[in-house]
Amino acid sequence: MPGITREEVAHLARLARLELADEELDHFAGQLDDIIGAVARVSEVADQDVPPTSHPLPLTNVMRADEVRPSLTPEQALSGAPAQEQQRFKVPQILGED
Amino acid sequence: MTVTELLSYEAALAEYDPVMGLEVHVELGTKTKMFCGCSTELGQDANAQTCPTCLGLPGALPVVNAVGVESAIKIGLALNCEIAEWCRFARKNYFYPDMPKNFQTSQYDEPIAFDGYLDVQLEDGEVFRVEIERAHMEEDTGKSTHIGGATGRIHGASHSLLDYNRAGIPLIEIVTKPIQGAGERAPEVAKAYVAELRELIRALGVSEARMDKGQMRCDVNLSLMRKDAAEFGTRSETKNVNSLRSVERAARFEIQRHAAILEAGGKVVQETRHFHEDDGTTTAGRIKDNAEDYRYFPEPDLVPVAPAREWVEELRKGLPELPRVRRNRLREEWGVSEVEMQAILNAGAVDAIVATTEAGADAASARKWWMGELARNANEKGVSLEELPITPADVARVSALVASGDLNDKLARQVIEGVLAGEGTPDQVVEKRGLKVVSDDGALGAAVDEAIAGNAAVADKIRGGKVAAVGALVGAVMKATRGQADAAKVKDLILEKLGVSEG
Repeated sequence: MPGITREEVAHLARLARLELADEELDHFAGQLDDIIGAVARVSEVADQDVPPTSHPLPLTNVMRADEVRPSLTPEQALSGAPAQEQQRFKVPQILGED
Repeated sequence: MTVTELLSYEAALAEYDPVMGLEVHVELGTKTKMFCGCSTELGQDANAQTCPTCLGLPGALPVVNAVGVESAIKIGLALNCEIAEWCRFARKNYFYPDMPKNFQTSQYDEPIAFDGYLDVQLEDGEVFRVEIERAHMEEDTGKSTHIGGATGRIHGASHSLLDYNRAGIPLIEIVTKPIQGAGERAPEVAKAYVAELRELIRALGVSEARMDKGQMRCDVNLSLMRKDAAEFGTRSETKNVNSLRSVERAARFEIQRHAAILEAGGKVVQETRHFHEDDGTTTAGRIKDNAEDYRYFPEPDLVPVAPAREWVEELRKGLPELPRVRRNRLREEWGVSEVEMQAILNAGAVDAIVATTEAGADAASARKWWMGELARNANEKGVSLEELPITPADVARVSALVASGDLNDKLARQVIEGVLAGEGTPDQVVEKRGLKVVSDDGALGAAVDEAIAGNAAVADKIRGGKVAAVGALVGAVMKATRGQADAAKVKDLILEKLGVSEG
């Protein structure tokens, strides 16, 4: 039965830039393990003749013509930005001191 | 900064075999982005080409650009790849401000094209087959500007500014299988591969593939293995090597650096490295640790791409003649050696010569002008042949005037000079400068008589059988006509007047 360990939850939290306290790690590890276990039961039902799918719709090749559509104005694009400078999105320091 | 120890290239190659993996990103020349209708035009105002989809705003849904898919298939076919019957996009998850979505839409284990090869020809004509692992579709990232650090570097910056105009522009990533067995020619193979790929992409018309504009970028992965080793060594990944010359230099530098580490008993660290154009060195970037865990999963917002076989075959039929095949065909048609052909390639003269022959010139004279007078002129001005203010049709006209005897070589050069100086078409230059071979027998006859009269001693020698002396008289006539005479004709006339026949 595939499950998820406390270490894996800690790793995922770090990748997702979430700071979790020890008790939260315990708590989420248990919950996520339950969810994964529930989802895993689907695999038990699916036989060889049921291909894995990532999509509920029986569709392929939905494409659009290569035609330019109006974009947002820079003002609109930046309207939700917490900070901006020189008509650009301003983001905090990327590399810490090391 | 620590000095990087290097082993001499020869010593490195005596002990080790290089293994390379080349990853090339090509920005497609589509009008719109890969998953939305924002324009891809360069040079626009910052953040003027974004929309909810490429900004990753909640609820926005991507739709694939049909030309993007078509271009990917064309590239795959030209690289002799299999084209997937069914494949999906995947999310590559990472936190970095160059992608506002916090993931890049890419392809993971289901690339649209896989298992191909590209034959590349080295400068001496040797053909080396580079196996292709895969070519997949993805999207470019935004452009960062780092503020507050030295010379715009990310190190020491206080903050960064993001322009997302480039985020979402279609990219095709082309990955080779490990390139083995190239030995000391590995750097040369790397360069030839990228050069050939660039030509191919241009021939397909899917991108201009200008490396200087970032439309084509290469990562050079390289490791060394001792000649008797069974397994590959640890590789370094030199990122964004952005010219052909740099690809060769980066590979060469890494061979020498790895060899020095291994010879000293050390271990090569698996890391990203940055190439420096100024001195041809690389320096360490990030060390790859397990933090780089992209958690790829199938993109739920896009449906699978399943190119119909009829479409694939139709695209295959429409493929242009591949650059290497075309070059070899032209080489045979023109009757030139591998070395001459290489010189023509290096001069960027192939297309100009082809266009000139298409405009009616014979290949030999087209080649002569583009590789001689015009190459010299372009070189002096520091421009490419296409940038010269003369067209292939002009060159073909000059060559026709020479063939008909209206111009000799010397005059033809003056006509070319005139065209380059903006004096008009070849015919206009001939007219304005009065450049015509003097073929009027009367005028020539007078000049010949004068030359004979003025050089009586020489004339006597010739009459006495010293036919070789005729050169002096020909020279005198040419001088008198300011080069506007046909030298062979002058010679015949002189001999005739002196009653001597050749041989």
